[in-house]
Formats: sequence, C-alpha cells, structure tokens
Amino acid sequence: MKQTILVCCDTGCLANGARAVADALEREIAAAGIDCPVERTVKRTGCHGFCEAGPLVRIQPDDIAYYHVKASDAPDIVRGLTQNEPVRRLLYKDENGEPHTPRAAHPFYKRQEKIALRNVGEIDPHSLADYLARGGYEALGKALTMTQDEILTEMETSGLRGRGGAGFPTGRKWRSAAGYDVFPKYVVCNGDEGDPGAFMDRSILEGDPHSVLEGMAVCALAIGAEEGYLYIRDEYDMAVHAVNTAIRQAEEAGFLGESILGSGKPLKLRVVRGGGAFVCGESTALMASIEGRVGEPRAKYIRSVQRGLWDHPTVLNNVETWANVPVIITGGGAAYARLGTESSKGTKVFSLVGKVKNTGLVEVPMGCTLRELIFDIGGGVADGRPFKAVQTGGPSGGCIPERMLDLAVDFDTLTKYGAMMGSGGMIVMDDTSCMVEVARYYVNFLSEESCGKCTPCREGLRQMLAILTDICEGRGREGDVELLERLGATLQDSSLCALGKSAPNPVLTTIRYFRDEYDAHIREHRCPAGVCRKLTAFRIDAEKCVGCGACAKACPTGAIEGALKQSHRIEPTKCIVCGSCRTACRFGAVTVRGRTEQ
Amino acid sequence: MHTTEEIQTVIDRYPGSRQYALAAMQDMQRQFGYLPREGLEALAKHLSCPFSQLFSMATFYKAFSLKPKGRHIIKLCDGTACHIRGGSVLLEGIERELGIKPGETTPDGLFTLQLVNCLGSCAISPVILIDDTFYGRMTLEKLPGVLNSYRKEAVER
Repeated sequence: MKQTILVCCDTGCLANGARAVADALEREIAAAGIDCPVERTVKRTGCHGFCEAGPLVRIQPDDIAYYHVKASDAPDIVRGLTQNEPVRRLLYKDENGEPHTPRAAHPFYKRQEKIALRNVGEIDPHSLADYLARGGYEALGKALTMTQDEILTEMETSGLRGRGGAGFPTGRKWRSAAGYDVFPKYVVCNGDEGDPGAFMDRSILEGDPHSVLEGMAVCALAIGAEEGYLYIRDEYDMAVHAVNTAIRQAEEAGFLGESILGSGKPLKLRVVRGGGAFVCGESTALMASIEGRVGEPRAKYIRSVQRGLWDHPTVLNNVETWANVPVIITGGGAAYARLGTESSKGTKVFSLVGKVKNTGLVEVPMGCTLRELIFDIGGGVADGRPFKAVQTGGPSGGCIPERMLDLAVDFDTLTKYGAMMGSGGMIVMDDTSCMVEVARYYVNFLSEESCGKCTPCREGLRQMLAILTDICEGRGREGDVELLERLGATLQDSSLCALGKSAPNPVLTTIRYFRDEYDAHIREHRCPAGVCRKLTAFRIDAEKCVGCGACAKACPTGAIEGALKQSHRIEPTKCIVCGSCRTACRFGAVTVRGRTEQ
Repeated sequence: MHTTEEIQTVIDRYPGSRQYALAAMQDMQRQFGYLPREGLEALAKHLSCPFSQLFSMATFYKAFSLKPKGRHIIKLCDGTACHIRGGSVLLEGIERELGIKPGETTPDGLFTLQLVNCLGSCAISPVILIDDTFYGRMTLEKLPGVLNSYRKEAVER
C-alpha cells in the first residue's frame, strides 16, 4: 500500500508557509518517479490541531508527524519515505531528546479523543470520496431506515448537549420541533463563531464540512424539514468556500437536494454569510439576520423550536453539535453516552490559546480538568512564565485562578464558579496579563456588540466600561468595585438575551478571584502586571542586565541606552510603556514599577 | 467605482425577496469596497422594502461601510488571544506608522485600518490580515517591513 502525505493547510499553517511545503513535496514526489512509495498528490487537509508547531506534515498509515516543516525539508522527507527512514530532525523529541515517531505518542495528542474532529486533518475537505472512505453518509443511510421516533430516541439516549455554550439537550430540542405540525420546518447551523479566542467551528467547517451537512440532514429527516441554512461568519472565507463546495458535491451525489438517497425526501441547504455582529450568535438574532433584518434577539416566551425562522418550527444547532450527530446515529446513542460525565456526555473541542506553550485545537472527553488541558496537553505556560489565570467561555465566561485548576470542565461545574465552558475557547494568561484590563477588554467588546435593544445591556455595559477605564487609567475610586458588582447583578437579572445576562461574568470573576489587582490599581496607582500604561513604568535591573542589547533592538522608540555588555537604562521621556523590552529580555532584568514609585 | 449597470448586475443575482438583502449588500461591499447610496436605493426597490431598513442593516453589521475604503484593508485582530499577546501594542504601532485610527483611511487611499474581533487564528497570534494575506506572530519590529512591501508595490504600479 502506498503511503499518503497529509499537509495541514489550515489558516495557521498556511500563514507559516504550508502551501509552499505541499507544493515542494509534490515536486519531489514527481521527481522521484514511479518507484516512490507515496501517493502522487499530497493531501491538503484541515487543521491538525497542533498549530504552534506548524507547518505540520503527517504520513499515513505509519502516523509519522513532522513539525515546523519548511519547503526545503521536502527532499529529505521524500527520500526518507523511499528509504523507509523517518527524518529525525523533524520529529518530536521528548525531554531526553529522544525522537518519537507515532504522532499518537506526542503528549499533545496522547490524551485526545476525536469525535467531532474525527476527519479534520485526516481528509481533503474538498473531496467527497475522502469523506465517504471514512464512513461518511452512512449515518444518513441508516437514518433513512429508522422511524422519526427512533432517530429522536437515539439522540436523547446519547445525552448530547448543544456545543455552542448553552448546553441544551439536543435530542429534546429535536423532539419538540418534531412535535409541531406546522410546515415548512427548518434546520439551521450556527456557524457565527464570535467568541474571541475560539476557532473550533471554523476548523470543522473548513476541515470536514460534510459531517455538518450530514448531521443537518439526519435532523431534517427526524423533524420533517426540507430546507436549511448555514449561517457562517463573513470573516471565514475558507469555511464558506468549503461548505458551498460540499453542498454542491452532496447534491450531485444525491445525498442532498431533490431526494435524499432516492427516498423522495428533499433537503435544500444554503449558506448565509454573517454580517459581522457578535449578537447574531444568539439564536433568535441569527434567525432575524437570515430573514434579512437587523440581528436583534427577541424575548423567548415562545421558543424557536415552535416559532423560529419565519415563525416556523426550527432546529438550530452549533457546528460542533451537528458534527457529532453522524457518530451517534452510526454507533448508537448508548455508545456515545459512555464518554464524558454524568450530565455532560461525549467530548468537547477546545481552542487552547494565549500564553500556553502548545497552542492549538484539542478534543477531550468531558470532565477533563483544566490542569490536564493546560499543563499535560498544553505543555504549561509559554516562555517559562508563571500561570495567572485561564479565561474560559469567551466574553460570557470568566477568569479562573490557579487554585481552581483541578475543576472538571463540563457544562455545569465551571458555571458554579461564575465562569462557563461556553463554546470552548480557553485563553491562558500569565503574569503579564492585567486582570482589570482583561475585564475592561471584554466589557469594551460587549458594549460595542450589544445590539442596543434593551436598556440594562446597552447602558449598563457603557457605565461598567467607563468605571473600568477609569481604574485602568489611574482614576479609580474607593467604591468602584462595589458599584461594578451592583451593575453586574442588574445586568444578570434584567437583560433580554444571554449576551447581556452573561456580560458581567468577566468582571465579576476577576473581582472575585483577583481583587488584589483592583485594589492595587485603585489604592496604590500601580498595575502589577505592567499592562496599564498610565500606571506603569519599566525599569532595568542593573544587577540582572548583562548588556546584550536585545531590549534596545526591540524598543520601537529608541528609549533604551547603554553600551554593549554594560547594563542598560530606559529613558523615561522616550518610553511609551509598550513592554517590548520585557518580552525581549531573557534575563528577567526588566521590572515593573508603579508610575509614582521610585 | 461603480456604475448603474454594475449595481444592477449585483442586484439581479438575487430574487426580489427580503432574505437576500444581506447577501446582495455583501456582494456590493465586496465589489465596490463600500455601499453606495444608489446601490441601496436600487436594492430597496428590488426587494420592495423601505430604504431605511437597508440603511439600518448597513449601519448595524460590521461588514458594511458607507464610505469608500482604501486599496488595502488592514484588519488588526483584537481577539482575546491577540490582545494579550501584544495586539494593542501593534495597534499603536500601525497608528503611528500610518497616522490613522481604526475605521480611517490613509490620505493617499492606500490603506484602511480596521480593528476586528477575532479572525479565528489565535494560534498564531497576534495576527494582522492585509486583504487576504495573514501575517501571524506579528511584532513591532516586523511591521514597517510588511507595510513597506505594499507601499513599494503601489509605487511600482
């Protein structure tokens, strides 16, 4: 059997030059001629997950993974295949410097369990044949032999809950929609992934679009829908392209379109490009946007399973939720429910980003602890800095301190502590992140994205932003923190949709777990992390400075003086407090002071 | 720039139903770099809906602009991962380098600067996207070189 080379061509790897790597590999294979034991075409796949070490190249079936590959490595890789000898310098090496061949042995991959991402990085997303070769559309075939009730029961048994963040039981949602005798009904895919720091939905849409379409088709059969929409962020160009291609292929092959696999049941799917509004990730706002209106949420006295798109019964699920469906139908709900915790079944995809060593996309069973995710899989904090917090759940989530890292990640645990799992963004922060500034960042984000329909969210966020900006700029006053807490409680109680209800979470959790930082800003007029400019001055510790000049080179304003091999000095009048010197210094000589401290 | 015919070509791609408003407006934005008033007026007629409703959409959604944009669109990601890995420092660097704030266009019409929420490329943060090209792990040091490559290309044209 010939071997196949898989090159990750996701955004991250492309930005690092993956296309040139794939092209070079194809040239080398062609040059090696007929004796080369490799498929001629290199598979350009979706995200392999380990974005940090990209461009990533993998060889199947031997599961050899190469990291940080350059186009100039192509001759060695192809020669290695011909001689059946992996290229040692491109392999992962453990702490003893020993290279490891199977990718599965890498600590980043070892603990992962891929269900939603089962095909992402394994197939060419533009090839229907690839998807079929991995059991694609088998679930749809099977669903056609099942009654509507059987499909719904299977979904309920699986315990699958919505992966967009709210965690509503998917099976129950489908059954409610199936119960209304109003037609037409609709299936909708929420691909308006707006949480900053999350990109799992983009990766699925780009890397395995058919799995989402298949999930939607199964639901359409179960509830009797004949039309559906995929609402995808405008920023996700590649995803829109991949899904449109997949819809066309599936229609030509008879999986979608006039008659699903000759059953006489039609399903037309169409892509709607989002307009770039965070609030459109909220289901009712999203539906308003599809209808061609401004994306404002409505009160949900009547749920969208009864009156959704154009006031008709609608099932709306998140991308990752849809991608799980085919696995549940093929393997059975009970098998799926064996993974995960009591109340949260299956796996969850997380984007591990920020100041973590191994940034990337990971999928683990529910109930995995934060520590396992960040330290075992993520390899800990980058650059050897100390861990400060992990921000989960996007702007609706919270910041969790180190002492709580042993909490299990599922739908219910983090919520008890003021944060949430949300859609799965996980942003690691070290001692150079200011928690007050992070709270200000999220409130600024949300106040811009608030649709303005209800007063608590529109005005409350604006006031919270003003207070937080004051604190960050040294104008904080005693009582500000308490006022933030009161405003936060008002927003939670009285906002119309989840955007406003959860908006205070980043503020309230940072107050709860990092109160000392607020106090330092307000009472001592200093920012311990050295982020808030007006409260920070950088100093070079003459004892620690070796005079290497790295900081002077990094300084954008030429504020650092000092001869080579002699300790340097920052000229305060030129310094803009950007922190470039601190990042550049490998000796920890750049220290943070308060503006007024001597 | 746009002509009445070009506007009509975009509009004619879609049936006269309200649900196609967003798509038609996106096409216009893409083709002309902004939403011309004539375009919105013609679209309102085509969809039989009030002009004011299209105007409300044009100002609600971030994808749209009512003013023409520069030749190159710089999207600076201000997603959380980029933000904590130096995105705000980059923003100031670009502002210094170009003399414009987010949402503005340089006087020579070469660059428009936009601050965007998250480009979903957090693993290579901080990120800037110029037209269709991603620049990952950006630093203040690399910035002038990247911008100059576009300036040079403009001079050579």
